[in-house]
Amino acid sequence: MAEENKPDEQEDENISPWQQIIDNPFLLLFIGVAMPTVFYTLWGVMEVATIPIAPY
Amino acid sequence: MAQFRQCPDTGLFFHKEAENLMKANAVAGVVCLLIAGILALLVVLTRWPAVHLLPADTFYMVLTAHGVCALIFWMIFFEMAILYFAGSTLLRSRLATPRWAWAGFVMMIIGAVMTLAAIFGGKSSVMMTSYVPMRAEPSFYLGLVIFAVGALIGCFVYLGTLVVAKNEKTYEGSVPLVTFGATVACIIAIFTIASGAEILIPTYLWSIGYISHIDPAMYRVIWWALGHSSQQINVAAHVAVWYLIAGVIFGARPMSEKVSRAAYLLYIFFLQLASAHHLMTDPGISSEWKVFNTSYAMYLAVLASMIHGLTVPGAVEVAQRKKGLTNGAFEWLRKAPWDNPVVSSMWISLVGFGFLGGISGVVMGTEQISIIIHNTIYVPGHFHATVVIGTTIAWMGLTYLLIPVLFRRKMIFPQAAKLQPYIFGLGMSLVAVFHMAAGTLGVARRHWDMGFAGNPLGFEYPATAYLLMGIAGIGGVIGVIGGAMFCVITVGSLVFGEKLQKEAGLLQSFGVPMADSAYTNEKPERLPMAPAEAVEANHGEAGFEAPGTFILAMVLLVSFVIYYFINWKYLSEVWGLS
Ligand code: HEM
Ligand SMILES: [Cu+2]
Repeated sequence: MAEENKPDEQEDENISPWQQIIDNPFLLLFIGVAMPTVFYTLWGVMEVATIPIAPY
Repeated sequence: MAQFRQCPDTGLFFHKEAENLMKANAVAGVVCLLIAGILALLVVLTRWPAVHLLPADTFYMVLTAHGVCALIFWMIFFEMAILYFAGSTLLRSRLATPRWAWAGFVMMIIGAVMTLAAIFGGKSSVMMTSYVPMRAEPSFYLGLVIFAVGALIGCFVYLGTLVVAKNEKTYEGSVPLVTFGATVACIIAIFTIASGAEILIPTYLWSIGYISHIDPAMYRVIWWALGHSSQQINVAAHVAVWYLIAGVIFGARPMSEKVSRAAYLLYIFFLQLASAHHLMTDPGISSEWKVFNTSYAMYLAVLASMIHGLTVPGAVEVAQRKKGLTNGAFEWLRKAPWDNPVVSSMWISLVGFGFLGGISGVVMGTEQISIIIHNTIYVPGHFHATVVIGTTIAWMGLTYLLIPVLFRRKMIFPQAAKLQPYIFGLGMSLVAVFHMAAGTLGVARRHWDMGFAGNPLGFEYPATAYLLMGIAGIGGVIGVIGGAMFCVITVGSLVFGEKLQKEAGLLQSFGVPMADSAYTNEKPERLPMAPAEAVEANHGEAGFEAPGTFILAMVLLVSFVIYYFINWKYLSEVWGLS
């Protein structure tokens, strides 16, 4: 058992920060939702919402 | 109790529950493709001016159904199958919560049937985009929402499976690249579905009279977060399928795992922002927003696609050269197994997506040029290149691969299957190219009568435009023949194909579990970490490892530059200044 776990521990030590980002699907999910929500949706909605209403 | 079986030909492991879900979703997808194809024939025969088959109201109804059934239902059902495959089979893991996955599947079926019933009822001919203030039957929107929730459940089952695989240590190191690609597709899908809920739920409430007004400009902004992103699920997933097919058939390993993953990361960051390219000509939104989201973000996503478009053939080239096909720049390509429909599908998908879809997409995504082709038939020309030649043909190739592996049936009509990708690819290329050409002359999309007969505000297109639409019509018929061949071959194989395993009965082809005797593995051996590849080791030389691919990439670049400038020239001619 102990021997089986060994390679894992070694792996954990060698993992670069870059690799840790790539290996974390939930972090990626957060980025993948936050980016378009901020830059596309919120920004776009704000622009449409601030168009002045035409006077009747 | 054994839960897994190992495919004797490919060595892939299939979890019992997961494989039934893959089958059910894939079959549901193909049924939707079949319906969409029949509708496509009606649409294309109406837009062929000399035939002009349907009356106006039926045309708009059928066009709505074609778009919804092909783009939404066919694509997403099949994507669910891919997610379960990438999460379970490729990671050698059991699927998390198969019951939820089945619940999602049932919801997708119910939603699809509801929406199609609303469309064929005749009072929901609002097109797939359902722009307000056009109002469909409430069940049109409700069906789409139910379908989307079902798909969302599928996405979470996939993420859950990633967690299970990690906890149960079914693989070493990082997930394989194909699974990584599927994760990216899943992430984009979650944003897509959330955007869909944001816009379709209010629209549903408006259709039943609960909300009084939905602003059309606002609708377009949020709807396209759904409409564009959903196409990017397809892109992320079909790129993963390219890598998968290259790996399984050619034994190709990605030229650099790092580069390919970085390219996928660019998708996560930027691909969805490109939704703005649909709103280039919309008033009310600033140029800053348009330029940031398209000219900056979109090009970074395009860069990622170009990386994939380079590394997939590059990896195949390296693998082929290792097998001794080293003469000249292209022996590796000439001697590829061109009569294997899995291979030909992958290549047609890759080349068609890059050359026809990619080049036209970048051109259309330029704010200034967009105005010449906006809302013309150029747009359907472009997206039939991406979503049909690119994605649909990739799915077809994967299906051919999976008939023996997943369904355990031998493919019927192998001779016809060899030809099918070429016929379908040819037909759809004609549709794409000639629609684009007609669009450049201004022919409108979603338009029943380009002759404007009896219309007080008519417009006369040049005779060439009629000719171009006629050729596109012929291409469409060829495409429908190719699509029908696919349906006959695949469904026929599931029903009549020789059984490769005695348990693979008729019902089993459609998702009913196989007898326990088919499953012999308690738990698959752990998926070993891929060894670092030779190519990755000596950086800098990678370009020369694959000179043929490099030449192809240069051809793409030159074609793009020429076409880009031609379009600026067209633009300069729109308003004469002299
Ligand atoms: C058998 C092959 C096919 C043919 C011949 C075909 C042909 C056409 C034609 C002629 C149009 C109408 C263009 C217009 O008047 O605006 C159209 C629209 C469309 N097609 Fe296809 N198509 C095929 C397959 C597909 C597939 C496989 C997909 C998706 C995966 C697809 C997605 C769409 C979409 C989204 C629209 C736009 C509907 C709208 O404007 O709301 N088509 N197709
Ligand atoms: Cu788009």
